[in-house]
Amino acid sequence: MAPTHRIVRLTVNGDTRTAGVPVHYTLLETLRYAMGLTGSKQGCDKGDCGACTVLLNGEPRLSCITPVWEAEGLDVVTVEGLAGPDGALHPLQDEFDLHGAAQCGFCTPGILCSAAGLLARNPRPTREEIREALSGNLCRCTGYTKIYEAVEAAAARLGSGDAERERGERKEGVS
Amino acid sequence: MLRLPPFQYHRPSQVEEAVELLDRYPGDAMPVAGGTDLIPNMKHRLFTPGHLVALKGISHLHGIRVQGEELTIGACASLTSVAQSREVRTHFPALAEAAGQVAGPQLRNAGTLGGNLCLDTRCTYYNQTEFWRRALGYCLKKDGTVCHVTRVGRKCVAAHSADTPPVLMTLGAQVELVGPSGSRVLPVREFFVADGVWNSRREPDEIVTRVRVPLQPKAFHGSEASGEVSTRVRTGYAKLRQRGAIDFPLLTVAVAVALAPDGTVTWVRGVVTGLGARPRELTGWEEIAVGEPLTPEVVEALAERAGQQCRPLENMIQDPGWRGAMVPVYVRRALGKAVKQGGGGSL
Ligand SMILES: Cc1cc2nc3c(=O)[nH]c(=O)nc-3n(C[C@H](O)[C@H](O)[C@H](O)COP(=O)(O)OP(=O)(O)OC[C@H]3O[C@@H](n4cnc5c(N)ncnc54)[C@H](O)[C@@H]3O)c2cc1C
Ligand code: SF4
Repeated sequence: MAPTHRIVRLTVNGDTRTAGVPVHYTLLETLRYAMGLTGSKQGCDKGDCGACTVLLNGEPRLSCITPVWEAEGLDVVTVEGLAGPDGALHPLQDEFDLHGAAQCGFCTPGILCSAAGLLARNPRPTREEIREALSGNLCRCTGYTKIYEAVEAAAARLGSGDAERERGERKEGVS
Repeated sequence: MLRLPPFQYHRPSQVEEAVELLDRYPGDAMPVAGGTDLIPNMKHRLFTPGHLVALKGISHLHGIRVQGEELTIGACASLTSVAQSREVRTHFPALAEAAGQVAGPQLRNAGTLGGNLCLDTRCTYYNQTEFWRRALGYCLKKDGTVCHVTRVGRKCVAAHSADTPPVLMTLGAQVELVGPSGSRVLPVREFFVADGVWNSRREPDEIVTRVRVPLQPKAFHGSEASGEVSTRVRTGYAKLRQRGAIDFPLLTVAVAVALAPDGTVTWVRGVVTGLGARPRELTGWEEIAVGEPLTPEVVEALAERAGQQCRPLENMIQDPGWRGAMVPVYVRRALGKAVKQGGGGSL
């Protein structure tokens, strides 16, 4: 009999984690149902909407259509991994808050991951490059203008080299 | 929530090992590269293989390089890497553009060129959940006996919906396959067949290993362009889709045209997809354009000729009449891009 479950070992947000999962689990199912990381959302669950976006070795990828075995050996970052270890918000999270760039919030974790992937490879993106990088993430309530503005503001903050402003400035005020 | 059916996951590191695995479970194993087509289809129970043979761990299937007289692209090269490759952008801008217009960024990071060539055909009555399809009594392509598009006949006309193959066809590219009985090479033009159920000549236990695109014009087409090293080949690609990202094509037009130093056309080719199961190679274009400069009148004649040959079907939800009317529009756009191309397409 072929095994129905296996132990999977993943590097998630810097931690090495193991879990016993059905052999046919997706990365999203493993994150949400085996590891308790429910930040990545299960939206369309078939690759259309982008709500499940995580970073695999820094690349935005859709965890709902990624067999969990494909993530083994790669560096997985979810929305839970964007803030610093002390809970200090990533500038993107902070600016999304300041700009009101989230409404219902369902698409936000995926958009933050796509944006974080963009800023890591292109610290000073143009508006067009931001639009392109977020074109695989559907938002059905705010529209994208505030989202683009928030990403631009975060890029400016990251690029300013001001460590205080880069991360955690608003830690106290945001719960 | 869409659950995957159960399967065993194999991760070979060699092509031979992958082929051996496919051969070991006939009818019950499928290769998977980026999984961006196969995994959603499995969630819809369109495929339920007991074994998935993952190809991405095979280093031999990666890489994009110019080797001698051709550009070779590994089957597992991601669409992002094809779209961004300096070699691809320099020699064949339309190929970079087509790869860059597939789906959205996350899907291009995972999706591969090999998977794009082997993309399953698509249809309104097919790319649905099991529940949806059962409610309609299924269809000829999967589990049923009738085609809801043609309503008569025994042939599935689901649409070829991949972006890069039409460009590869205009460029005279070849595809390398490896199977249990060895390897073979097929022109991409001959890779596809007009059967929506399985629209390629690839056997289920064969793996696409590489795509080879000739750099020299003479390799594009038999006699006309041969020897004319100064011939400039320009490529153009235009895609009709509902939104500017994520969506599959409703129609695509790929063109390649070679111009002599005096600007007259020496060779021209066009391919349209989003119609039936096989990309359609346009006919009658050489009679119109060869020996002529690409004036607006010639472009108009080519567009009109294309429009006469393409009849979109009700295999997509968008009105076939409208899609048909868009054929000449997109031919004009693709040719416009080819003409505008600067030094990049010069060979
Ligand atoms: C929301 C959405 C939108 C999309 N939009 C587009 C679009 O606009 N244009 C477009 O072209 N595609 C689109 N796609 C489909 C898909 O992302 C791409 O076609 C992609 O290139 C498929 O590659 P893959 O590696 O992910 O294929 P997979 O899903 O891994 O495989 C696809 C098929 O090819 C076979 N296969 C894969 N690699 C090989 C190989 N090397 N040898 C033999 N067989 C192989 C598999 O067995 C399977 O049958 C879209 C998908 C989604 C989910
Ligand atoms: S074209 Fe007909 S047989 Fe083919 S998938 Fe559509 S409805 Fe089914």
